[in-house]
Amino acid sequence: MKTVDLVVIGSGAAGMAAAVEAKKNGVDDILILEKEERLGGILNQCIHNGFGLTEFKEELTGPEYLQRFVDQVKELKIPYKLNSQVIDLSKDKVVTYSNKEDGLVKIQAKAIVMATGCYERNAGAIMLPGDRCSGVITAGTAQRYLNINGLMVGKRIVILGSGDIGLIMARRLTLEGAKVLCVSELMPYSAGLNRNIQQCLIDFNIPLYLSRTVSKVVGKNGRLEKVILSAVDDKLQIIPGTEMEFECDTLILSVGLIPYISLLNYIDCPTSSTRGAVVNQYMETMVDGIFTAGNCLHVHDVVDFVSDEARLAGRSAALYLQNKINNSENKINIKPGNGLSYVLPQFILENSLEDIVIKFRVRRPVQDQIVWIKSGETVIMKQIKPVMIPSEMVMIKIAKDKLVGIKEDIVVSLEDR
Amino acid sequence: MKELTCIVCPRGCRLKVDDNMEVTGNTCPRGKIYAINELTHPTRTITSSVRVSNRPYTLVSVKTDKPVPKDKMFEVMKEIDKISVEAPTRIGQIVLANVLGTDSNVVITKDID
Ligand SMILES: Cc1cc2nc3c(=O)[nH]c(=O)nc-3n(C[C@H](O)[C@H](O)[C@H](O)COP(=O)(O)OP(=O)(O)OC[C@H]3O[C@@H](n4cnc5c(N)ncnc54)[C@H](O)[C@@H]3O)c2cc1C
Ligand code: SF4
Repeated sequence: MKTVDLVVIGSGAAGMAAAVEAKKNGVDDILILEKEERLGGILNQCIHNGFGLTEFKEELTGPEYLQRFVDQVKELKIPYKLNSQVIDLSKDKVVTYSNKEDGLVKIQAKAIVMATGCYERNAGAIMLPGDRCSGVITAGTAQRYLNINGLMVGKRIVILGSGDIGLIMARRLTLEGAKVLCVSELMPYSAGLNRNIQQCLIDFNIPLYLSRTVSKVVGKNGRLEKVILSAVDDKLQIIPGTEMEFECDTLILSVGLIPYISLLNYIDCPTSSTRGAVVNQYMETMVDGIFTAGNCLHVHDVVDFVSDEARLAGRSAALYLQNKINNSENKINIKPGNGLSYVLPQFILENSLEDIVIKFRVRRPVQDQIVWIKSGETVIMKQIKPVMIPSEMVMIKIAKDKLVGIKEDIVVSLEDR
Repeated sequence: MKELTCIVCPRGCRLKVDDNMEVTGNTCPRGKIYAINELTHPTRTITSSVRVSNRPYTLVSVKTDKPVPKDKMFEVMKEIDKISVEAPTRIGQIVLANVLGTDSNVVITKDID
């Protein structure tokens, strides 16, 4: 069996940044495996601008952003294989992939970075009520059809879910001549960024209905004919008598992304409430030498943070290969307390080699909060945040010397000021 | 007093502009510039994709290299729809100069070999 020091699975923003950083930190023997025919992942279809403000201090489109990493991969001569899907993974780090030229190949890796991205929740996942008919499509699929294949999905469109991809598609389809009738959001607040509400909906007078969802999909001869929207109460139950009817040929679903981690199931790798793997401060999973970053760890809305997180995974893989990460160090759990939906990393190994960055999301929009990071009665850090919203990931850096002597679980929680 | 959402970065600050064009609520100076532009001559960057004539089933993405007046968005889209290009393409390559006299060029945003 061929051996490789570091195998990177997936070549999106995360995979490429991890590979580049590992190479810069002295790992020479790297292989990137990508199932699609080109490097770059989801960014290939995100032709809108708004990427790179943190990373490159300028506003780029998705393809421009990814090209900067492709250039680095090529410049550093990091080997990659396209059209090569990883189909199996073992605990002792044997990676099985297949492609047309090589057939089915097993390689022994010494370390792995998993960067397989995420997938979209579909009609089945949200138990969309009513007829099963054509014309119901996820936002990312509609985006790929339009931006990669040049195909319009419909002319009169309703969008369910106010996630960023749905908002971006509302604008894109409108500019291409479709009529977007409305965006309907189940929750009382939008899941997308404020800027996208402004530049994708308000700019085009597209109404956003909050606390409203699809109560029935009506098809005729197998094709979508209309969508009924109903208001929901604070328990998210449909309120009878509040129906609104929209005649349309397409219903676009923008109802959430889920980390794509089927490979981790083969190795019994523990996962968390983010649906991604449980990781420590090095982005290492509970399986020795297997690291992860990007949307397969937790769903990100800003690619610059993906690149940053993936660099940490790449750098850590290098440290691991140099035997500098000691997995037998004491583990201290980090737990989400009041007001948080999740926190990352879920645990840290004592004697951290680097400062750590704690990432979390709040459950609902909040104002004037104190973020407490405590271990038992010991306050490790206290920070004041004027505004936090669920669609924006919060990051707080903790210097490694603040963690010296900490033994008990760390809890991150919010308190009103 | 006008209220706006800054669209310059993902933070999306809520801006307030009073009658003397004093801007508050911005976390950084870019928000102030945005607010004043938005109230005097709002502009937007347009992104789209165009056919590559010598590659079957292939599109290449494009953008306006400067924001164009907001009320010209649909007209600019019509001009972009007329474009087709030949591969190879390079990021930054101009495919339509000074679109509709807006002083903005339509440029390629993707390398195709
Ligand atoms: C539609 C959309 C719009 C967005 N808009 C913005 C925005 O405006 N601004 C912003 O900053 N961010 C935006 N983001 C967020 C950001 O772009 C993404 O979070 C980021 O690109 C994700 O990178 P990734 O590498 O984790 O995942 P991906 O880019 O999805 O990469 C995963 C890669 O792994 C490959 N893969 C998966 N499984 C296997 C396997 N078994 N074998 C081999 N390869 C495999 C996939 O083919 C893919 O190429 C957007 C995201 C989406 C989805
Ligand atoms: S004011 Fe500055 S920080 Fe706030 S959204 Fe605008 S650019 Fe971003």
